[in-house]
Amino acid sequence: MCAGVVIAPLALVLFYLIKAGASSLDPHFFTQLPKPVGEAGGGMANAVVGSLTLLGLGGLVGIPIGVLGGVYLSEFGTRRMKWAVRFAADILSGTPSIVWGIVVYALVVLPMAGYSAYAGGLALGFMMIPIIIRTTEEMLALVPNSYREAAFALGIPHWRIVLNITLKMAGRGVITGILLAAARVAGETAPLLFTAFGNSFWCRRLSEPIAALPLQIYVYAISPYDDWHRQAWAGALVLIMFALALNIGVRVMTRGNAPRLAR
Amino acid sequence: MPELKAAPAVALRAAGSDPTFDVRDLNVWFGANHVLRGVSLKIPPKAVTAIIGPSGCGKSTFLRALNRMHDLVPGARVEGRITLFGEDLYARGVDATLVRRRVGMVFQKSNPFPTMTVAENVTVGLRLNGVRQKSAIQERMEQALRMAALWDEVKDRLNANALSLSGGQQQRLCIARALAIEPEVLLMDEPASALDPLATAKIEELILQLKQDYTIIIVTHNMQQAARISMHTAFFYLGELIEYDQTNRIFTHPKQKQTEDYVTGRFG
Repeated sequence: MCAGVVIAPLALVLFYLIKAGASSLDPHFFTQLPKPVGEAGGGMANAVVGSLTLLGLGGLVGIPIGVLGGVYLSEFGTRRMKWAVRFAADILSGTPSIVWGIVVYALVVLPMAGYSAYAGGLALGFMMIPIIIRTTEEMLALVPNSYREAAFALGIPHWRIVLNITLKMAGRGVITGILLAAARVAGETAPLLFTAFGNSFWCRRLSEPIAALPLQIYVYAISPYDDWHRQAWAGALVLIMFALALNIGVRVMTRGNAPRLAR
Repeated sequence: MPELKAAPAVALRAAGSDPTFDVRDLNVWFGANHVLRGVSLKIPPKAVTAIIGPSGCGKSTFLRALNRMHDLVPGARVEGRITLFGEDLYARGVDATLVRRRVGMVFQKSNPFPTMTVAENVTVGLRLNGVRQKSAIQERMEQALRMAALWDEVKDRLNANALSLSGGQQQRLCIARALAIEPEVLLMDEPASALDPLATAKIEELILQLKQDYTIIIVTHNMQQAARISMHTAFFYLGELIEYDQTNRIFTHPKQKQTEDYVTGRFG
C-alpha cells in the first residue's frame, strides 16, 4: 500500500509526460532553435545545450568547493570548525532556491550590468555545494579507518593520504554525490530567472543571457499557444528523463561500489 | 582479580649493545582514561621482543606510542620519554611523519589497499613519500617481497588486485609494504591472530628471519607464539608493566605472582 502511494505519483508524472510530450519529441527538438510564434516546428536545442552549459559552470564552482568541504569535514578539521561547517551546509541546503537567484543577482548580475551564463552557473553551483559536501563527507566516512592507519604508519604525509588513498577509495561515492547534485539542480528554475534569464537563440558568449530547459518550459507553458504548450511538455519529459538517467546511473555505480567498501 | 600494588617496572639491562628504544615513565591517557601507567623499559636491537597481557592491558597502546600513532587520536595524551637510538621521538620539532617512516607497523587485520595492485601496495610508501626513480622503486619492491617471503608466490601476479591474495599472503604483503620504506624497527600488533595455523607458522618463520636485520616488537595474545619467537617478553596488566625479562624466565620462573597466574592460564 505505502509502496503504491510512493510510486503512484512518479508513475502518474511519467505517464502523463510521455502521453503529452512524446509526440512533440522528435530529432528537431534537439537540433533546432525555437521558431517564432505561429510557425510550426522548431526545437529547444539552445535550451538543452544551455542547461548542460549551466550545469558545467555550476560544477566548476560546486565540485571543488563541495569536495574540499567534505574532505575537510571527514579528514581534517577541529570539532568546533566541523560543527560550524556542517551547520552552514545544512542551512545552505535548506535555503530556498529563489534566494540563490537573488544573491547571485546582487553579487554578479548588478556589477556586471547584465544577465549571463556565468551568473546562472554560479547560482546552480552554490546550490550544489551543500549536497556535495554532505555526500563527500559520508562517502569518506565509509572508508575504514584501518586504511588510514596503514597509510599513516608508512609515514605518508596527510594530504597525500587523502588525495591518493582515501579519496580514491571513496571515489565512486563522491562522483555519485556530484551526479545527484547535478540531477537535483538541473531542473531548478527559480535561481535562473534573474541570473541566466533565458535566450531564444544560441548563447555566443558566457557573459550573455543563456537559455535553459526549465526556463524555456516556464515561458512556453504560460504562453497562449498550443504549439508552445506541446514543446513545453516535451521539454519537461526531457528534463525528467535526464534526472532519471542520472539517478539510474548512480544506482548502477553504487551497486558496484558496495562490496569494495564493505571489506 | 588479583590485588594490584604499584609494581615497579623492571627495566632490563640491554644485552651488551645500546637499546633501540629506551622508554622512560610512559603514560598515555585517552581523555580522562589513564590507560598506560608509568611504563619504563629498554628494547634491545636486532631481537624480537614480545608484549603479552590480557585484553585491555595497554599493550597495543604501548606499541602505538612507539611510532606516534596516538597523535592521530583526538583526546589522546602521551607523557614520558621515548628515545629511538638516543633520539627523543616526542621532542619539540620532531615530525611524527618522519618517526613513522623509521618505525614500521603491521596491524592485526591485514589491510592492503583494495584500490591497488600487489605491486602498488608494496611501493605505495615509496611513491607517496616522493621517490620518483622507477628502477629504484622496482628494485625495492622485489627486495621487500623477497624479505616478506612472498616474492615466489606473487611474482607472476604483481598486477593483480591485492585482495585476490589469500589472508596469509595479504598479511605478508602488509609486511612487505612496511619493509619497502626501509624502517629501522618493525612493530607488529597481533600480526597472526586472524590467520590459520599454517599461515601463522609462515609469519613466525618470517619474523625469525627478519630479526637478523630488524628490531621487532610484537604484541601477541598467543603465549606459545611469544615463547617460540621472542628473546624478551614484557607482561602488561591494567596499564602497567608488571614484569620484563628474558622470555624463558617469564615462562619458567616469573618473579611476579600476576605474571605466573597469566602465563599458566589462571586468569586472562
